[in-house]
Amino acid sequence: MASTPAIATLSSRPSNARPLVRVENVVKHFPAGRGQSVKAVDGVSFEIRQGETLGLVGESGCGKSTLARLVTQLIPVTSGKIFIGDVELTKLRGEKLRQQRRQLQVIFQDPFASLDPRMTVGDIIAEPLDNFKVMRGKARDQRIQELLRLVGLNPNFDNRYPHEFSGGQRQRIGIARALALNPSLVVCDEAISALDVSIQAQIVNLLEDLQRELKLTYLFIAHDLSVVRHISDRVMVMYLGKIVEVADSTQTYTNPKHPYTKALLSAIPVPDPKVQRGRRLVELTGEIPSPLHPPSGCRFHTRCPIARLPAPCAETEPPLEEKDRDHLAACHFSSDV
Amino acid sequence: MATPILQVRDLRTQFAMPDGIIKAVDGVSFDLYPGESLGIVGESGSGKSVTALSLLRLVPHPGRIVSGEVLFRNQDLLQMTDQEIREIRGRDIAMIFQDPQSSLNPVLRTGFQVDEAMRAHGKSKADAHARTIELLTKVRIPAAESRVKDYPHQLSGGMRQRAMIAMGLANAPAILLADEPTTALDVTVQAQILELLADLNRELGTAIVMITHNMGVVAGLCSRVMVMYAGQIVEEGPVEQIFESPQHPYTWSLLKSIPRVDALRHERLRSIQGMAPDLADPPAGCRFHPRCPFRIEECFTKEPKLLDVAPNQRAACWVTMDRARREMGADTLIDIHPGAGSGVRPGEEI
Repeated sequence: MASTPAIATLSSRPSNARPLVRVENVVKHFPAGRGQSVKAVDGVSFEIRQGETLGLVGESGCGKSTLARLVTQLIPVTSGKIFIGDVELTKLRGEKLRQQRRQLQVIFQDPFASLDPRMTVGDIIAEPLDNFKVMRGKARDQRIQELLRLVGLNPNFDNRYPHEFSGGQRQRIGIARALALNPSLVVCDEAISALDVSIQAQIVNLLEDLQRELKLTYLFIAHDLSVVRHISDRVMVMYLGKIVEVADSTQTYTNPKHPYTKALLSAIPVPDPKVQRGRRLVELTGEIPSPLHPPSGCRFHTRCPIARLPAPCAETEPPLEEKDRDHLAACHFSSDV
Repeated sequence: MATPILQVRDLRTQFAMPDGIIKAVDGVSFDLYPGESLGIVGESGSGKSVTALSLLRLVPHPGRIVSGEVLFRNQDLLQMTDQEIREIRGRDIAMIFQDPQSSLNPVLRTGFQVDEAMRAHGKSKADAHARTIELLTKVRIPAAESRVKDYPHQLSGGMRQRAMIAMGLANAPAILLADEPTTALDVTVQAQILELLADLNRELGTAIVMITHNMGVVAGLCSRVMVMYAGQIVEEGPVEQIFESPQHPYTWSLLKSIPRVDALRHERLRSIQGMAPDLADPPAGCRFHPRCPFRIEECFTKEPKLLDVAPNQRAACWVTMDRARREMGADTLIDIHPGAGSGVRPGEEI
């Protein structure tokens, strides 16, 4: 254990804590031939605070998974800066970047594809330890058992193979692997989306317990807004490569300040017939525009129910600014939402 | 209530696998009434999709319907010749699937595929074509006249699902079986498709059987719901009643385990421990007993029947939630591990 970084004592009040991760004006464009590019992430800035769960929501193609891969530096940025603590990740290359990555771990969506079927569960969980030559022999075996216990699996299962486990159990194995190096940030990229409802609840509870026990910071990405609301301290909403709103989770859900957030929330069915039948859907017209040619001005103006056209919505891009205490939104008419 | 349009009696569908016979649907009986919308909810492997496929005899190999009756207008669909059932499929009972991407033929124009559904049942090419445009407009595909010439890849996911629904409605069927039709879609598109289905149900009187794992979808669309677990129906009844007062512990815990977007405060989710049983070798007694917080001795050995527990509501449980609330403090339980409420054989390893 000596060579694994100790977990710093963190503030239990995320809102007062200093940021663990700072993302400054990050852009990611993918070349798409004929001189065009897909503007997957197009200038986003935010921070992830020590010990919090930051939820990230948005529909397919909004750039949330690309953003996750940028934060963990699995892909390089086109421009912009990403800091973890005081270290600028985007400046690092090679071995220096690799060493920083041990603080950044990911839990993936598909518990079937993300575990090597030919490795034992023990080897899967210990792979990060082996990669960084952190521990060997007895210490390594003990750490495997400790991790298995931590995620609620039988510590004697280390010699079994992934196919012997159910989806929920495999996701626990993925979590154990992500925790092996005592990371400071864990990115959960649709980590529960592939699981059944009753199993989802088990994993959500486990993630909450682990966060409390190990003082973890989560970036929790999901398209299921109900789960995101449940688990997150703050929620960030993306649309077409941009952040449109960031706020405390209750604020985002009870008092949205961006029309897209409001529409998204109205679309989520509530599992209560009395409530659900009384809800009104904010219908969005049209389809999500292509990220090859995002609309001018506010990217949401083509589907926005309160847009004023052409000016200012189709002409001026609204900045992401504080509309209320600790509540940011990018809308010219956020008070009308 | 009116006479049922579809009566399913003791349906059993099994899959012969190398490691045993999987009893995917094991004695399912229910009625569907004209114009109603019935939800079938359950998790993966509960048998909800196989139930729907069995109704139209579309169960893939090595699945086999081993017994039961599916009475549609007093004819047993399971006894019909292949020719006869083909007449019913797509005309009287249509089905739409989860993934519009793989359910549409990528090399045929969308319009042609909708036409085909009608031409298979004797409509002329010109009539079919005219109605296709009308149908695509009805499912709110903009510029339907030009969209009919598009190939499926030229449509978005939501549009493809609308085209599928148009195809399902082409012959004005009495029943539309919808198997997770919105699961692959984004929430805003899902909401539009659900509204569309609700409108069609209201306007055309098409009975809808909605197969889903999403309780929110059921709450919004359905008037009646059936909950399936391990190949059997464990509870059924009017939607309001089931959500308000579920009587089967599985239904109850399922409702407690989903976070709500309109929740006012953070409550720990009550997760059902363990996992769904192996259907090649289901547990004796009640199939939910290994995971049930309120199990009693009977549950381990005797299989409960689906019995009336309230007006129009039936549940297959020896205890029922009324008793679990009264005698086992169900409402105050936070941790719902097996036997948590009843204390019967607690601490079993999962």
